[in-house]
Parts: sequence; structure tokens; C-alpha cells
Amino acid sequence: MSLSPYIPIVGLFALGAGFALFSVAIAPFVGPRRYNRAKLDAYECGIEPTPQPIGGGRFPVKFYLTAMLFIVFDIEIIFLYPWAVSFEALGVFGFVEMVLFIITVFVAYAYVWRRGGLDWD
Amino acid sequence: MDDKLTQFGQDVWWLVLAKVLLVFVFLVLMTLFAIWYERRVVARMQVRPGPNRVGPAGLLQSLADGLKLAFKEDIMPKMADKAVFFIAPVISTTCAFTAFAVIPFGPTVSVFGEKTPIQLTDVPVAVLLVLACSSMGIYGIVLGGWASGSTYPLLGGLRSSAQMISYEVAMGLSIVAVFMTAGTMSTSQIVDAQKDTQTLTLGGFDLTVPGWYAFLLIPSFLIYAIAAVGETNRAPFDLPEAESELVGGFHTEYSSLKFALFFLAEYINMVTVSGLATTLFLGGWRAPWPISLWDGANQGWWPLLWFTIKVLLLLFVFVWLRGTLPRLRYDQFMRFGWKVLIPLSLLWILTLAGIRVVQGSDLTVQARLAVVGGPILVALAIWMFWPDKRKAIEDPGVHGVDAAGRIGGTEGFPVPPLNLEVPVSPRAQRVLGERETVSTSKES
Repeated sequence: MSLSPYIPIVGLFALGAGFALFSVAIAPFVGPRRYNRAKLDAYECGIEPTPQPIGGGRFPVKFYLTAMLFIVFDIEIIFLYPWAVSFEALGVFGFVEMVLFIITVFVAYAYVWRRGGLDWD
Repeated sequence: MDDKLTQFGQDVWWLVLAKVLLVFVFLVLMTLFAIWYERRVVARMQVRPGPNRVGPAGLLQSLADGLKLAFKEDIMPKMADKAVFFIAPVISTTCAFTAFAVIPFGPTVSVFGEKTPIQLTDVPVAVLLVLACSSMGIYGIVLGGWASGSTYPLLGGLRSSAQMISYEVAMGLSIVAVFMTAGTMSTSQIVDAQKDTQTLTLGGFDLTVPGWYAFLLIPSFLIYAIAAVGETNRAPFDLPEAESELVGGFHTEYSSLKFALFFLAEYINMVTVSGLATTLFLGGWRAPWPISLWDGANQGWWPLLWFTIKVLLLLFVFVWLRGTLPRLRYDQFMRFGWKVLIPLSLLWILTLAGIRVVQGSDLTVQARLAVVGGPILVALAIWMFWPDKRKAIEDPGVHGVDAAGRIGGTEGFPVPPLNLEVPVSPRAQRVLGERETVSTSKES
């Protein structure tokens, strides 16, 4: 019985997924179908679309860097949450440990900032 | 600690089904209403009536739009990755729906003899579930943009995901203070923790304020509010859909019900962050002050109304922002997220934790000063000794120009004159020179 509070979440997930799948599945049958070659091209303001390599074009590496940074900070957040919840119980010891941890992450943050990793040009 | 959560997970099966259906219907209705609401409010701000034809006061406009979308052609672009293109809106919508599972609507009521809280469910890590769902929803956007096989959706999807993960960090950090104060991550217990009014002593005056964390933890609330707008891709942070740059962003190639699902997901996300803000900062389903004097205000089904009103007020703020502020530039926006919001929230968490540690301990005065002053000193030191990265950029306009009006020597670029006199064109100079040489040759 200990897992039962999670079952309604699965229920809502199933209903949401079912609704969404149903919608995308019936869309081609409900709507009209009028073939037009230009309609199937990628939209680029009416001009001939730029040819795209199969599997997607290139994109700036900045996005990738941002994602990597996000992982670092997300891990920091995940460590912060349990500490925040049992903050009263951990007391001064927990606080000092958390200050040390945040400073450790802050060193990496300062490094990235200094190297221009946070600049978007 | 979990003994307060025992009321959850005890419902009979039909009650669980009814609640699941209720949350689903609530979200769909809120979406339909929010679209109408937004269009009407923005219209009023722009001194025009807005949609007012379909149904009373145009209330059925969004339903009509939704039906119309269903009967539009479903286009699968030639270059699209078919399976991913198909599944991306499903991911977005499913995650948006699931996130709402733990938002509390009200207290325990009796339904056909069954005692049950007006909340689908609650778990010890409820807020984490909301964050997880909103993170997973990003997959739908980035995959949809990538799978379209087109330039604008790809860039829009990437921008969107970069923006959402950046502001997700700020959002996640802003609510740490709430967990610290409430001592729990379960939504129903956080609402309970904001039940009592607090007395603040400010300069000799005793102020009675509601126990809402929006008042107690103002910096957290502000950071959460800003991050929530960035997280939901709403104006002024709606860069993924910047029409002037990216057409429609990640959903440029989507049509028909697939587009409708992305739209639905966006509005559900708005409702979810508003609901989460209500729960974490605005006292949840409990009635605000003048109404709370009435004893029955927090019992029975009434809290459902207070909750909805609070959510609608927050949605109004979303619309207000959209009607007021112009869109930010992408680099400014990312800089604001990474260089302002994140350090600010970290600093605020540390300060709050320091104050609370000192309050709760029996330390000597020196130790108290060390605990509180230490982080502040460290922060000050970092701020003061922060190396200034900005190099003095040489102004090329005035200094680098040589006598011939060029930058970078004889091979460099010509620049227009700075005194606004129109120079003789090089061609005219050459022609004049040729004439002169011709005339001199005749004379000699």
C-alpha cells in the first residue's frame, strides 16, 4: 500500500497521454487532404527552402554548453532540496557543509563566467 | 513526517478515477477559458473589444477555434522525421497534464460518504514531480523543432530548450527557501504551513501579516515569478516564438490538432506554474484575509473557488506582462538568467539559512556573527575582487582612420567622412586626373 499515492499520478499520465495520442492519431483522418508540393516544403517565408542535411542542420555550440551547465546546476538543486527539507534537523553542521558545497560549485560557475561561457553573442 | 500524508492513497477506485477526470476537465476548461481571458484582457488594454461573437461575451471562441483546428489539414512536411514529429506534441501535452497531479485544490470533503481531500494525490516529493514534468515537457519542444527538418523550428526549439532549462535552474533555486521554511516538499503540507498569521515587529509596530510565503520570502517569490514567465515561454520572454525572427518558433511546421496540442500544453503550463505559485507562496486554497474572517471559508467546497481566483489573478499578471512589455533580446535574457537570477537566489538561500541557523541555535554572540557575517563577507569579497573582463574596445571610427580615409592601411576598408562632407568620388577623381594629364601632354 505504500506506493498507492503514486497511482493517481499514473492515472492522470495515462489519461493525458491517451488524449494526446488520440488527438494526433485522428487528425489526419478528420482533416481534409489536398496535395500541394509547396505545402510540404519547409516554411521559409515563401522562398525556396534552404536544403537541410538529413538528421538536422548545424546549430551553435552555445546551446550545448548551456545544457551542460544546466546539468551542473540541476545536480546542485537536487542536493539542496533534501538539505532544505531537513534543515531543522541538520542544524549548524548541515549549514556549514552546504556553504562549502555551494562555494565548490561557485568556483566552477566563476570559471565559466570568466571564460565567457555565459556570454551570448 | 509522512504521517500527515496518510490521507492520500486511501481513496476507493471510483474516487481516484473521478478525481483524475476532474483534474483533466479542470485543465482543459482552464485552457479554453485562459485563451478567451487573455484575448479579452489584451484587447481591453489595446482599446478594442476582443472576441465577442461566439457564445455569451465570446466565451465559446476558444472552443470554436479548437474545433476548427481539428478540421484543418494535418501536414507532414517532406523533410520531417515522421515518428518524432508525431510524438513530440504528445510528450509536451502529457507532461503538462501530469504536472498538475499534486496541486491541492482544497481540504478534505465528503463525497457520497467517502472522506477525501480535494487533491488528486500528494507525495513526499510532490514539488519535485512538478519540476520533473516541466523538464520532460522540454523534450516535446526540442524534438518537435528538430524533427520538422526546417531552419526556423530547429532554432526555435533550441532557443526554447536553452531558455527553459536556464530558467528552470532559477525556478528550482527560488523554491528552496520555501522547503526550508515549511520543512517539507509535499504540497498539502506546504499549504498547511502557511495557515497561521505571523506577527512581524518592525520599528516598534506589530504587523500582522498572512503566513503566506510571498510575504515572508519576498525575494524567493519575485525570482519564482520571473523564472515562471521564462519557463512558460511567455512575453516578454517569448523568444522561441519571436515572430520577427523565427516565424512561429518550434511549431512553425505544425498544423491541425498537433499544433493545438502544443498550444494546449503551453496554456496548461501557465496554469500549472500559477497553481504552483498559489500553493507555494500565496497560501494555496485558503481564503485571503477579509474572507478568512468567515469561519466557513476554508471548509467544504469553497476553497476550490479561492484557488481558482488566485490562479486567475496570476494568469492576469501573465497577460498584463504581455500587454505591457516588449520582448527582450536573447543575449540579454540569457545573461539575466545566468548572471543575475542564479547568483541572487543562491545568495538569498545562504542568507536565509544563516539567519535561521542562528535563530535556532544557542551559540555565543561571536559564533552567531561568524555564521551570518561569514557568507556576507565572502560574497562581498568576491564582488569586490571580481576581475573586470570587459576590455576597453578600441573605437575604430575615429582613431584608426588614416589620411586616405581607410582603416587598416592601404588594403583596409574605406570609411565615410565624419564631417558629413560628401567627398569627390574616386572615379571622378580618376577622370579629372586623366583630363589633367591629357591637357598637360598637349601643351608640352
